[in-house]
Amino acid sequence: MSTESERGQFQRLSETGRPQITIHVDGEPVTALAGDTVMTALLLAGARLREFEFGGGGRRDARAGFCLMGACQDCWVNVEGGGSLRACTSYVSEGLRLTTGGGEAR
Amino acid sequence: MSDEQKILIVGAGPAGTRAAELLSGRGLRPIVVDEAPASGGQIYRRQPPGFLRAARLRYCFEAAKAEALHACFDGLTERIDYRPDTSVWSIEDNVAFTLGPGGVERIPFEALILCTGAVDRVIPIPGWTLPGVFTMGGAQIALKAQGCAVGRRVAFLGSGPLLYLVAYQYARAGASVAAVLDTARLGDALPVLPGLFAGGSLLAKGLWYQNWLRLKGVRLRRGVLPVAIAGEERVSGLRYRSGNGRERRIECDAVAFGWGVKSECQLAELAGCEMRFDGAARQWLPVSDDDGRAGVAGVYLAGDGAGVMGADAAEYRGELAALALLSERGAAVDDRRRRYLKARLGRLTRFRIAIDRALPYPDGLAAAQPDDTIVCRCEGVTAGDIRHGQSLEPAEINRAKAYTRLGMGRCQGRMCGLAAAEILAHHNGVGLAEIGRLRGQAPVKPLHIGIAGQAARDDPDRAASI
Amino acid sequence: MSRIESEIAVIDTEIAVIGGGIAGLSTALHVALRGVPVVVLESRQAGAAASGVNFGGVRRNGRALAELELAARAIEIWHRLPELVGNDCEYSVTGHLKVARNDDDMATMAAHAEAQAPYGCAVEMISRNALMARYPWFSDAAYGAAWCASDGQANPRLLGPAFARAARANGADIREHEPVAALEKDGDGFLLRCDSGLEVRARQVVNAAGAWGARVAGWLGEAVELWPMMPQMVVTEPAPYFIEPALGVVGGDVYVRQIPRGNIIFGGRSGTADLDEGFGHAMTEEALGALQRTALVIPRMAEMNIIRLWSGVEGCTPDQLPVLGPSATTPGVIHAFGFSGHGFCLGPGVGAVVAELALDGETRTAIDAFDIRRFQS
Repeated sequence: MSTESERGQFQRLSETGRPQITIHVDGEPVTALAGDTVMTALLLAGARLREFEFGGGGRRDARAGFCLMGACQDCWVNVEGGGSLRACTSYVSEGLRLTTGGGEAR
Repeated sequence: MSDEQKILIVGAGPAGTRAAELLSGRGLRPIVVDEAPASGGQIYRRQPPGFLRAARLRYCFEAAKAEALHACFDGLTERIDYRPDTSVWSIEDNVAFTLGPGGVERIPFEALILCTGAVDRVIPIPGWTLPGVFTMGGAQIALKAQGCAVGRRVAFLGSGPLLYLVAYQYARAGASVAAVLDTARLGDALPVLPGLFAGGSLLAKGLWYQNWLRLKGVRLRRGVLPVAIAGEERVSGLRYRSGNGRERRIECDAVAFGWGVKSECQLAELAGCEMRFDGAARQWLPVSDDDGRAGVAGVYLAGDGAGVMGADAAEYRGELAALALLSERGAAVDDRRRRYLKARLGRLTRFRIAIDRALPYPDGLAAAQPDDTIVCRCEGVTAGDIRHGQSLEPAEINRAKAYTRLGMGRCQGRMCGLAAAEILAHHNGVGLAEIGRLRGQAPVKPLHIGIAGQAARDDPDRAASI
Repeated sequence: MSRIESEIAVIDTEIAVIGGGIAGLSTALHVALRGVPVVVLESRQAGAAASGVNFGGVRRNGRALAELELAARAIEIWHRLPELVGNDCEYSVTGHLKVARNDDDMATMAAHAEAQAPYGCAVEMISRNALMARYPWFSDAAYGAAWCASDGQANPRLLGPAFARAARANGADIREHEPVAALEKDGDGFLLRCDSGLEVRARQVVNAAGAWGARVAGWLGEAVELWPMMPQMVVTEPAPYFIEPALGVVGGDVYVRQIPRGNIIFGGRSGTADLDEGFGHAMTEEALGALQRTALVIPRMAEMNIIRLWSGVEGCTPDQLPVLGPSATTPGVIHAFGFSGHGFCLGPGVGAVVAELALDGETRTAIDAFDIRRFQS
């Protein structure tokens, strides 16, 4: 079974018979199914994809995508070690390592 | 085929598929570039390999059409140059710049058919950037292409053909539908019933979904006015005013909302198409004639990207654009077929006008947003920022952009531009047309520096020495 | 435009400024502050052409010696923007690095740094090791640098509009979408005819028409070669803030700055423009080269996304110095155009100088090198 949490934003309703794939999010393993988008995997496990860059007063709001069709660009997540991908149009693959934190100087 | 003869079709939805079908059937070999891994567009988006959910669950009444379109495209792949997972991010001087699995490529073309489709039309309301708020189309995609609901208890808000359909699909798939809140009133539909009947079964389908939901005990409300989406770190509820003005609250952990769709026309603009304000669509659209000729040599527009008319119309328009392209090249085309397609389009146009009146866009809702509502979700620009622009008081939307960074983020104003224009127009007491538009600029989607830089054609010595 | 204004076909004023870029708008503000009537005629929107879309550098590092005094005067105004125009225009003294590619660059820059010293502009040479210690994100392509701590950067989109607002508040009449079609002598003064039919009578005229400045000079029988230049800019999505100073590599192909919000703005090569149309257009093909070159200098940027390209039109003179000073043929006309890509930093000071020339007949800032007669053999 994939990493699906009661705290997850998404709820899987069907299509559960696919092979499992493990990715890492902020260092923690997250089990997804082949054919899940990165967004699906992350939002089944939690309720955030990334930090919004321009939060005021030290508090950074979370973002969890919006359009799911590659238009709004609100679901870009960082890949460990550099680079980023658009979570709604990218599919999970074995060994993928992501971070959902954000804007601190590297 | 030499570069000079290349035909490029952007988008493999209903319009792109039919255009490719016709052209490949006439011995031409168009290049079809599509962002998705499989054809179908957003409306007939396919599920990934290995998914088993039946077409009738994913596409409901449109399942046969979807499967026919997919089969049509799958039958073409030998006769076209199909490039999935590839997006066009700039067009200039008859060259399209693409980003795909092989990096950045240039596609010189002689003729271009843009079938760029549409995205949800949203109105920013307080709380719309919270995790758990999605577009109506996005909520449908989660189910259609991933077998997931966007929440455990989902409220649907807006108006337009998708509202009851998506709520129905959710309920049917076993999700909990907290409510369906329609900003249109029942009375809006009555004067235009004859027009609605021009759409025939489309009307029946809408009523059928509503009836099904009602029988299942789903709360359906008409004539509502959304107030705010509630929640701290994620959605916890939706506040709205009912038809009698009383404020209510729905408990939910997700909101799907939208008011129909709007054309995606950045690429048409980059291709040099004249843009004109369309009062009915409430947006600037690239100009084209009945056949899809854009007025720029070799450029054709088809499907919702050239003005929203829906998927059936997109199929006709894709074929019409391809016919126009053929006849421009001196090839014989079937005039009867062209007349038939135009007649079908005319019927759908009448239905579209009726739909827009029956399910009206809530005029004034965007303009009424309080100053602290975030409008530009990329840059965090609020309604008040747009109205006053650092006390520089912008009178035109590109001035608001300059002063506030409105529309300067990753999406380039794709999501907020229309609402921002309404806010600014209302604040300045002028019409939407006078407020201008956020112009399309390359790259129309974010572009990776390292990958794109590899495509540079600079003198290598010069590049190496910086 | 109000109904009353639209009924006025003729305006009488003291000083008419052709061009509502930063040079013209700063002129208007400085004239208006002295209580003298001034009208600005801008063909499009105030501060929206080259003034509004340039890189945003406010720098003396590596600047031509002839411009240093004017630049110093401008920078003094930059520091006073909040009181002067009510907006700091995101001006920030971040320092500027001029980055060398080789020993020759280092030697040239060291000589220039020495020559700049008498102008009160301290420039420090930084060795490669010291540069890498301070800014480990540079690649080996950076050979060393000249560092000017007093340089900075600002948001070009705000500067012109902020000056326009302040000028209006002090009584200047700033007309947008009012292209000037002709300039004629009219008794003791001038008559300017606009495409709209509007006529402006003025005692003096300021030619602050930017890339179009040579056209206006041509009306007065003054030939100046002026090429349109279209510096092209690129901006990334927001990224963690790490590039504090603005920087440019010798040769001009790479220049980069990051704003604290995180976006990195960088330039390189040229877009395209049609002066009659009035716009600059970005060129995708050129942008690809800019991406490649910039990532060679700052490898970390290779993993970032760009989100927008743009360009604007500016006028470039043969010696890349502006035309600033009285007309050689026509008393009563003052030129202030052809800033050759240096006008953003200078603009606020240009207005102060032009206001002095117009109202006092002289200026305390050295501008001899900018005399239009240098092009008239």
